[in-house]
Amino acid sequence: MHLHGHHLSSATEELQVIAPSKLTVENVSKSFQSASGPVLALDRVSVNVAEAEFVCLVGASGCGKTTLLNIIAGLEKPDSGTVLADGKPVTGPGRERLVMFQEPALFPWLDVFGNILFALKLKPNLTNKDRREVAKYYLELVGLSRFQHANIHELSGGMKQRVSLARALAPNPRMLLMDEPFAALDALTREQLYGDIQEIWKARRKTIVFVTHNVREAACLGDRVLLFSPHPGRVQAEFVIDLPRPRDINSVDLAAHSTRITQALKSVGKAGANAAK
Amino acid sequence: MKRLFLAVAFFALLVALWEGLYRMKVWSPVLLPSPGQVVKYLESAAADRSLFNAIVITMWRLVIGYLIGLIIGLPLGLLTARWKVLGDTIGTLSLGLQTLPSVCWVPLALLWFGQTEAAMLFVVIMGTLWSVIIATDTGVRNVPPIYRRAALTMGSKRLHMWFKVILPAALPFIVSGMKQGWAFAWRSLMAAEIFVTILTGFGLGQLLHYGRELNAMEQVIGIMIVIVVIGLLADKIFFSPIERFLHRRWGTSQA
Repeated sequence: MHLHGHHLSSATEELQVIAPSKLTVENVSKSFQSASGPVLALDRVSVNVAEAEFVCLVGASGCGKTTLLNIIAGLEKPDSGTVLADGKPVTGPGRERLVMFQEPALFPWLDVFGNILFALKLKPNLTNKDRREVAKYYLELVGLSRFQHANIHELSGGMKQRVSLARALAPNPRMLLMDEPFAALDALTREQLYGDIQEIWKARRKTIVFVTHNVREAACLGDRVLLFSPHPGRVQAEFVIDLPRPRDINSVDLAAHSTRITQALKSVGKAGANAAK
Repeated sequence: MKRLFLAVAFFALLVALWEGLYRMKVWSPVLLPSPGQVVKYLESAAADRSLFNAIVITMWRLVIGYLIGLIIGLPLGLLTARWKVLGDTIGTLSLGLQTLPSVCWVPLALLWFGQTEAAMLFVVIMGTLWSVIIATDTGVRNVPPIYRRAALTMGSKRLHMWFKVILPAALPFIVSGMKQGWAFAWRSLMAAEIFVTILTGFGLGQLLHYGRELNAMEQVIGIMIVIVVIGLLADKIFFSPIERFLHRRWGTSQA
């Protein structure tokens, strides 16, 4: 009986909102070998993200924003510089910083529930009953309880990304890293997900780093938007979006912000083109 | 139900056609016995247990050899996919030997092992092994890197990564390799049993061989039918359910 009670509290514990993470990226550089010689993808990039802050990285493709996200995730190593999560250096991938990829990256050999359980099974100190409870909670949070036993290929693009989100949230990470997660979706689905992600972010208090090339999306979601310039990848400008939440992507105030960012993006593009000459 | 009916009707038609040809006496009845004569042979072979014993002996050789082939082939395929050195050596060797018709192992097996069960098992293993290695290797190499990356971020590594991510992701390839391996093993074993009499047991291939020696065409055709039925059953009982599961999960078209 005692044991039973302990398990129940452990699932509840697991579902508690935990302290979000603070992120410090200091002087990170990274270059790749390409056919035409080395390419500097990131040139001494420094970024600070506060606890529970939603930061969007925007820029043209090839500006190094995805590389930076992979380095923060621990999937790639920087040539120089450091990444600190809560003051501790990031040395490899870890479940306190979970990633949501552009392609859903769900495992086709597992059903929806199995996919969400996957990460939870790797978390020690939980009973299987707890894990199922936790998985059910997140499945409901993303509104897919009815699809618990569906196969991945039966889901629409938007539903797949919801499952990906639930899978990333389930181990209760302190930070979410999102790499253009909505880029492949249709506009209507995307707008629904903008609302959902803001709600979930508020409810679960995560630090979020969100990579996108969609300026309006960045302005809609971010507390701050960092504009990246390519060749070499640098943080060119920073925009604070101080609009109240939840934000509607079609609002006029938001459009004013995204226009400002777009203009900056265009001038970056011109400068880049001139530099190339 | 409709599909079953169609299949039954089709086979009934084949038998009727055969009976018709027999009655028209186009070929000598020695060369083409009637379906009834074949059934009679099968009945008598079943009654004196020679058919049953042959099936048991053949299946034992096949299943044991096949399992050994899988047990060696699966890990080797994983290793050749994982380590370049092994891929360049064992991988290339497997690719080469896979192109060798598995019947070609029979003479070698006889010289090495003599007329023993070991020779039979060796032939079956050689039939299975190479396609399983190649399929596992190909399957592992075709696992989308994003699965690995996603699993890494969730804390999967080493053995967990192999057993919970890479192997299941490669499963469609591995199953098709297992199926090919089964077909090769079955063929090579039949060839070995027809060529070689092994005194430790008469398999289906030997019954076929004696059918020819005795000019007993009803025995030859009867055993051929048994071999076909076993092949069909293995497919329907063992491979089809796995393939159906894969098609359902992965959403690939039903072949």
